Amino acid sequence: METHVVSNLVVALLLAGGVWTGVAIRRDRLWSEAARSLWRRRPIALIVVAVYLAVAVLDSIAWVGGGEGQADAVAAHEARSVVDRAFAGTREASFSAPLADAEFYGGRPLQRPGSHLFGTDILGRDVLYLTIKGARVALLIGGLTSMIAIPLALLLGVSAGYFGGRIDDVVFFVMSTLASMPGLLLLIALIMAMGRSTLSVCIALGVTSWVGLCRVTRGETFKLRELDYVQAARALGVSEARIIFRHLLPNLMHLVIITFVLMFSGLVLSEAILSWLGIGVDGSWGQMIDQARNELSRDPIIWWNISAAGVALFGLLLAVNFVGDALRDILDPRTLRENQ
Amino acid sequence: MSDTPAEAVIETRGLTTTFPGEGGRVPVVDQVDLQIAVGEVLALVGESGCGKSMTALSMLRLVPKPGRIEAGEISLAGSDLRRLSVPAMRQVRGQEISMIFQEPMTSLNPVATVGAQVVEAIRLHESVSKAEARRRTLDLFTRVGIPDPDSRLDAYPHQLSGGLKQRVMIAMALSTRPRLLIADEPTTALDVTIQAQILQLLRDLQQEFGMSILLITHDLGIVNELADRVSVMYAGRIIEEGSRVDILGEARHPYTRGLLLSLPSLASRGERLAEIPGVVPPPDQWPPGCRFSTRCGRVFEPCTTQVPAVSEITGTHRSWCFAVAREIES
Repeated sequence: METHVVSNLVVALLLAGGVWTGVAIRRDRLWSEAARSLWRRRPIALIVVAVYLAVAVLDSIAWVGGGEGQADAVAAHEARSVVDRAFAGTREASFSAPLADAEFYGGRPLQRPGSHLFGTDILGRDVLYLTIKGARVALLIGGLTSMIAIPLALLLGVSAGYFGGRIDDVVFFVMSTLASMPGLLLLIALIMAMGRSTLSVCIALGVTSWVGLCRVTRGETFKLRELDYVQAARALGVSEARIIFRHLLPNLMHLVIITFVLMFSGLVLSEAILSWLGIGVDGSWGQMIDQARNELSRDPIIWWNISAAGVALFGLLLAVNFVGDALRDILDPRTLRENQ
Repeated sequence: MSDTPAEAVIETRGLTTTFPGEGGRVPVVDQVDLQIAVGEVLALVGESGCGKSMTALSMLRLVPKPGRIEAGEISLAGSDLRRLSVPAMRQVRGQEISMIFQEPMTSLNPVATVGAQVVEAIRLHESVSKAEARRRTLDLFTRVGIPDPDSRLDAYPHQLSGGLKQRVMIAMALSTRPRLLIADEPTTALDVTIQAQILQLLRDLQQEFGMSILLITHDLGIVNELADRVSVMYAGRIIEEGSRVDILGEARHPYTRGLLLSLPSLASRGERLAEIPGVVPPPDQWPPGCRFSTRCGRVFEPCTTQVPAVSEITGTHRSWCFAVAREIES
């Protein structure tokens, strides 16, 4: 199957999942209350995250055709996303400052004077366009990696903490082994071994980032399984599986959410570091920053490139952190009590 | 009041639970025989570290690892619980035997509403619809005296006071109408006024539901309020048992007497309370012979080397003590 078809399918799946979650939240009184209270506390952060998500979705819906009349002949036969189409034909010859009418060096007039909000880069590509395309990559890295790392960490951490004994020994050995290797080296080795692709970067990041959450959940499960309400559940004849799903996991959720948020930020940043080393994901903000690095030494300085990517990265991480922090406060009744 | 096996709801014979220690496995519950008749309240009394709670957990087969039940029989209405499969045992818990704990503050899951937790307990043992289980929860809440039960169903544990939480725990424990309720220090964590209310509630419910109660406590005041019979436990063994009157009025074992003397009373204000010197030694340092011999004021020759046999004082009153045996003979 072609890449754009897969990507469209994933978008459809995610949208369906999003709608289903939304309906489930609306139906449940407690969750819909939590959602409302989240909106009351952090409306701006939520809007920012929603904008990033919308942009990423728009950049993921792609199809072939419709570009026949354009100068770039190759583009007509490639799958192009909604964002690609919106920015079609905005390419200039070289650098231009934000909203400039002429090229930065030489002063030749632009094809589309005054239309480049964030200027253009060395190849004349619109920086706003590149920045917007980075949102999809960032969310993909953060989201996909979390989807690999969190279930892995929960599965291993909870079973190690709850059952103890041999299982705990094995999990702890694996955790210690992974933790004793320099993360960056392991990351590079894994990416080299699997080949450079978005998926392999995500898997490598997932493999190196689950240990922290696993250790936290293991410790917390150790604590929780001795608590009176778990004992009480056992005395009521609740099965082990039910105890784990009804009594342990919900009490770990605030940890998972806060770790997800911290991890998300960390992952997007790690990718930037990988890009700097030349093994990141194409089109990421990290790569933009890496490419813009050299331009900082030019005179007069080319600042818009690195600023756009930096601000976009910062905006996403700040908003995600705000939302995660508020979510943790809302979902953990213990912090709720302190606020009332 | 009789202990014929036919009437007993639950009976343990030679129940022994051990934990690993330095020199092999150490029994923390040692050869414990208990019988609880239908509709009877048996109080299990002793200091902290005597093995009271471990006896109760053994009855539910919930001894925490690495402990295990080493020997003995636990028969619930004639069938031996130790021979049941794990799922069958799970059905017994909650359905036949329920337990309420000392700390109502931490005995409820903080992230689920109390109503949902009682509903879960009901639906665990009976296949009823959610609406039906909710209706029954509402009835139970009314019955255990929770004011405004309708809105309390959707309250989280942290929104309730300690007394209300203990009422919720009682409602949960009674939701399946068990034959035996194990109450492990049910009022220790509560205010005195709330204690009295909870004890009254337990007494009312016990009569209404016709269930038996195993009351674990170190508070002889509570024993006087609620118990029909009393078993006194020291260092893993039963050392004296009898009716409430036998134990509170006519105690013979030096340990039971020590416990009674150490009760503060309003009459003897200003005097120093009698106390039993020392503390219960840890299980791996329990002496051979009579376990109480290290702290007893009446030790003589056989106490430190031989285990005392039972002495029948009256038809209901028994004691395991060499001094008591000698008094009876003379």
